[in-house]
Amino acid sequence: MGFFEMTKTALKTVLSRPATILYPYQPAKKTGLTRGHVAYDGSKCISCSICVKKCPSQAILLNKEAKTWQIDRFRCVVCSSCVDTCPTKCLSMDTQYTAPAAAKGGEVFTITYVKPAKPEKKDEPNQ
Amino acid sequence: MTKQIIVPFGPQHPVLPEPIHLDLVLEDERVVDVIPSIGYIHRGFEKLVEKREFTEYVYVAERTCGICSFIHGMTYCVGVEQIMNIEVPERADYLRTIWSEYSRLHSHLLWLGLFADSFGFENLFMNAWRIRERILDVFEQTTGGRVIQGTCKIGGVRRDIANEKLAEMSSNLDSIRKEIEDLTNVFLHDDTVRHRTRNVGVLSREDAYHLGAVGPTGRGSGVAIDLRKTGYAAYGKLNFSMVTDSCGDAYSRCLVRCKELFSSIDLIQQAIRKIPDGPIEVKVTGAPNGEFFCRAEQPRGELVHYIKGNGTKFLVRSRIRTPTLSNIPSLIKMLQGCELADVPVIVLSIDPCISCTER
Amino acid sequence: MITQEQSIIPIDVGKLIGSVEQCRNEGYRLVQIGCTKVGDNAFEINYSFDKDYVLKNLRITVTAEMEIPSITGMYWGAFVYENEMHDLFGIQVKGINIDFKGTFIRTSVKYPFGVTIVKGEKP
Repeated sequence: MGFFEMTKTALKTVLSRPATILYPYQPAKKTGLTRGHVAYDGSKCISCSICVKKCPSQAILLNKEAKTWQIDRFRCVVCSSCVDTCPTKCLSMDTQYTAPAAAKGGEVFTITYVKPAKPEKKDEPNQ
Repeated sequence: MTKQIIVPFGPQHPVLPEPIHLDLVLEDERVVDVIPSIGYIHRGFEKLVEKREFTEYVYVAERTCGICSFIHGMTYCVGVEQIMNIEVPERADYLRTIWSEYSRLHSHLLWLGLFADSFGFENLFMNAWRIRERILDVFEQTTGGRVIQGTCKIGGVRRDIANEKLAEMSSNLDSIRKEIEDLTNVFLHDDTVRHRTRNVGVLSREDAYHLGAVGPTGRGSGVAIDLRKTGYAAYGKLNFSMVTDSCGDAYSRCLVRCKELFSSIDLIQQAIRKIPDGPIEVKVTGAPNGEFFCRAEQPRGELVHYIKGNGTKFLVRSRIRTPTLSNIPSLIKMLQGCELADVPVIVLSIDPCISCTER
Repeated sequence: MITQEQSIIPIDVGKLIGSVEQCRNEGYRLVQIGCTKVGDNAFEINYSFDKDYVLKNLRITVTAEMEIPSITGMYWGAFVYENEMHDLFGIQVKGINIDFKGTFIRTSVKYPFGVTIVKGEKP
């Protein structure tokens, strides 16, 4: 015969702290691995466009002549495929969630990478 | 001559986690017949396989469902690996098993909360979800995502868990087990819960087998089928026993799921003790050419992924058959003859995951 | 490695009812009915049955105009798969016990999976 099985749990929860967080007034719980949004460093990007091919939702657009790298935050599913496959590690995963926006569209970054000059070649002995 | 009226149940209803529509034909408070109608959340995943490469399709397969997402991704990867004859390293197998069992804990705790909500016990609902938060914290600390994990890939897993972290997870499970014991004590021994769930939605063993009931819905009626016994991932090396009950009513399905919680905690602790060191992935080249039916045990039952490839990097067909689609005929049989006030309890007792049903 | 045994047996449409009845008498349970489009107007339909974790598939090849008999006489729960197959692929199935006549899954394009783009096309 069990009528008051819940009493112990009910008393414990009444007398302890609330389990909820008043987000966004208090910061959300985060860990080191949390996938928030993709962060881009224009000074390291070599425009190889591997991230464009690997993105499963086609959120990244690269324009080599105009030197712009564009990501559509609404299409991005934060899967971190681009972060894992970037050869120069210019993409990283930030723990802050994407900020809310009023209109859809891409966020454009400029590429400021300058290829370092090659050292002078020695003269070849035979033609 | 009793008049028959038709009452629509859903698609918007406070107890339903996802939209499904049932037309209930009533004679005075007793349900005589049920006509289901789905299609509210059909997203056409199976057509998307023609536009995404087979390595990228893992992300699509994972997003079929939010509650059982890891197992969808894992079943797809195991299916493609069988077609391409790839052997996954042992550590990856054990990691996949650990994440699958955490998924099962998460899903059953979520269901316990919703079930308590269906007969109005909100305090119990919130307490079940408070324990679920601790499981989601573990997911976030090890994979980066609370609901969609994104760690399975063809050839292994993408992230590793350090051995110290595994030991910490194992000792946390002991305190989670204490809290779950208190919770299931209320579900199984409280008289108010028993009055609402005993002899409600009875399904006999014969009916359950031939209508195709799978998972805890079938095991609550005595149909002893659990796909983990076929030994995919690391289940072949771990010991566990199947949980069944013979009564076939909503109380037995609740009992089966409560006992499976303890069985999952046991499996995770066994896997953490036995996990070997080693690599977590294997390089994949080429494209799948062939077909395979891959089956796995989701928290709701038996999941079937049929994958067919023709040697290019786009698959020809990927068909997903989820357990809730198979449980709908059993639901119709259970609802015939019950009272109107029992309809939410019965609909929730099969654990409907409609977004899986109509990918 | 996993030990999921399975076998695929191609049969004629005429022998379908006889084979399904034999499966029912031997105690198999229905797992799924799946359809794949192969070629311009040909569909392959797989009926999967399972007993003791061994999967047995019966496969028939039909065109969109052929009518296939329903197996709901033997397996009452098969109407879910047959209605879904009709709504998505356009396969005509005769004699389903609960026939939704095209309203089970409502899509804006009728029979959407009947059209296939097999080569990869970027949107």
